[in-house]
Amino acid sequence: MRKVITGNHAVSYAAKIARSEVVAAYPITPQTQVVEKISSFCADGEMDAIFIKVESEHSACAACIGASAAGARAFTATSSQGLALMHEMLHWAANARTPIVIANINRAMGPPWSIWTDQNDSLSQRDTGWIHYYCEGNQDVLDSIIQAFKVSETVSVPSLVVLDAFFLSHTSEPVDLPDQKLVDKFLPKYEAKWKLDPKEPHTYGGLTGPDRYYELRYNLQKDFLRVEKVMDKVHQEFKELFGREYGRVEPFMADDAEILLVVSGTISSTAKQAVVEAREAGLKLGSLKIRVFRPFPFDLVKKYLKGKKAIAVIDRNYSFGGEGIFYSEVKSAMYDDPHLPIYSYIAGLGGRDVAVKDILAIANLAKEGKCDHPTWWGVKL
Amino acid sequence: MKTTIPKEELIYSGHLACQGCGATLAMRYTLKALGKNTVYTIPACCWSVIDGPFPYTSLQIPLFHTAFETAASMASGIQAGFAIRGKGDINVVAWAGDGGTVDIGIQALSGVVERGDNVLYICYDNEAYMNTGIQRSGSTPVGAWTTTTPPPHFKKVPKKDMVAIMVAHHIPYTATGNIAYPEDWIKKVNKAKEIVGPKYLQILASCPPGWKHSSEISIEVVRLATSTRKWPLYEVEHGKYNFTRTTKKFVPVSEFLKLQGRFRHLTEEEIDVIQLLVEEHWADLCAKAGIENQFADKLEEYTEKVKKNHPKWFHIEED
Repeated sequence: MRKVITGNHAVSYAAKIARSEVVAAYPITPQTQVVEKISSFCADGEMDAIFIKVESEHSACAACIGASAAGARAFTATSSQGLALMHEMLHWAANARTPIVIANINRAMGPPWSIWTDQNDSLSQRDTGWIHYYCEGNQDVLDSIIQAFKVSETVSVPSLVVLDAFFLSHTSEPVDLPDQKLVDKFLPKYEAKWKLDPKEPHTYGGLTGPDRYYELRYNLQKDFLRVEKVMDKVHQEFKELFGREYGRVEPFMADDAEILLVVSGTISSTAKQAVVEAREAGLKLGSLKIRVFRPFPFDLVKKYLKGKKAIAVIDRNYSFGGEGIFYSEVKSAMYDDPHLPIYSYIAGLGGRDVAVKDILAIANLAKEGKCDHPTWWGVKL
Repeated sequence: MKTTIPKEELIYSGHLACQGCGATLAMRYTLKALGKNTVYTIPACCWSVIDGPFPYTSLQIPLFHTAFETAASMASGIQAGFAIRGKGDINVVAWAGDGGTVDIGIQALSGVVERGDNVLYICYDNEAYMNTGIQRSGSTPVGAWTTTTPPPHFKKVPKKDMVAIMVAHHIPYTATGNIAYPEDWIKKVNKAKEIVGPKYLQILASCPPGWKHSSEISIEVVRLATSTRKWPLYEVEHGKYNFTRTTKKFVPVSEFLKLQGRFRHLTEEEIDVIQLLVEEHWADLCAKAGIENQFADKLEEYTEKVKKNHPKWFHIEED
């Protein structure tokens, strides 16, 4: 069934059709519509879930971990300051190996107060041991959440599914709501590999000395190494059942491109339009969307960037005292290719619009080898 | 002698507690009442160590360790996870120290109780951050030395009255306990177990290294907390107060204080202030329980005494 819905409601529908059993959430702009819709799903009996209306995001994450440890499928959604408040429990979820899924509406961190999009909230959670998806459109949001549950439950690693504030959260698009029976086939009821059970009592998370802790973290990374294969398989299965194709990255007119844009989130759509217009003007431009940020798709980035004349990485984020965060990752992926010029452009922090003309201008700068490492595109000085 | 204490032990003999540890007895008695169909979540506190290092455990029920401020919300999530899978009959217990309860965890606890989640929250109260080496908490009593309240900067504000805070949340059931009165405690845990909704219990648990007394008098010390009425035993069911133990005999609070090094620095005037606080709390509880205060004369006596002569740090309205 096709329905015109916002990104926020795509999240709510995804939580419902993924048959989340426990939702614990706290309202924050611009995520509020997500929890409002889930509340009405629960009230109408459309969703058989317990919705714990917690008093903070920290508790939201804790309650999801608890529900997952009890053997249920748990979900929450948040944004910005809320995700930052969860930080401690994000580590806890990953280290406890509870496969919960969180949708995060990318919103800039205060102060000053901002409700508009950028990626510093989610990228600050880079090292918490989660799988990270960055979505481009509302269909992507819905499908990513369903896929994320399957991947997470397979490898016992939680997933963060990220979408841009307002550009997606409050923008309506036609979204195909998949048939529940097909979703149930794709994502059967959660069977936990381990769970709290009085009939089989175990202690989880007890004090662990240097002689054992190290191996537990090694095991987490070992499972992260499985994620890419699992994801590729999940994408294939998803395509067969629902007809939509997904990858860890998405190339657009990338193969024959001379200049390649590396982008994420909604900027990816704008970049596609810029690519089309640039091609009409005679510039061989292409783009590569990074959909999965953790585990970082080093293999695919290498594959698509190889042999290009120049790369322009556009970051809607910044690591202060460092550099654009996707740029760091891309550079790291291309370490073996020292002659490839990789340029860094920062754009759109705090929800500043990044239009086709901006991306075309960035592409031309990259073509001419112009970059201030980084260039803060459009900054008003 | 026949007691009502169940014989079943759900705690193994091996654990990492200090000698004379009250928190360990608290756990032992509580599990006897709860039985095997129980799951615990424990935040950072003495019990995150007492249970034993991985891969050992001293408990015969499942235990999920959690972050400091999340005992209540974690329990709420675990309970929901069980309930949605038709296992809502499992006792879900948040077991936390006083710091994790009255300080860093109070927000999550308040949320759970306000929402009416079906969780049993138990605070074993040893009146300071004992696991990290005796730092003051919101539950440290007036006059106490801790490593962060060294005399003359000993604690000069009263401990938080968590039971009153819970009553203000309209909690269905809340009660105090004392490890020196296990039968009273087990009755309360049994009662809490039968109630669907949030339950809050707080059990006073002596801590020889933190209270500075020798381990063999642990029970004697903590019993005096109740016989001096410093830690009264009572319960509040749907707002109705009921003493589960009362006394006619006046035992001065100094009897409790003098056994412990943490109160060694106190002057007579300062001990009088503590006695006054005992009388005020007792009078308040009697009024709430609707019983006559047999120690009304003591309240009067110590009010006058403290008015006449009190340390500078204590405020009292003068005549």
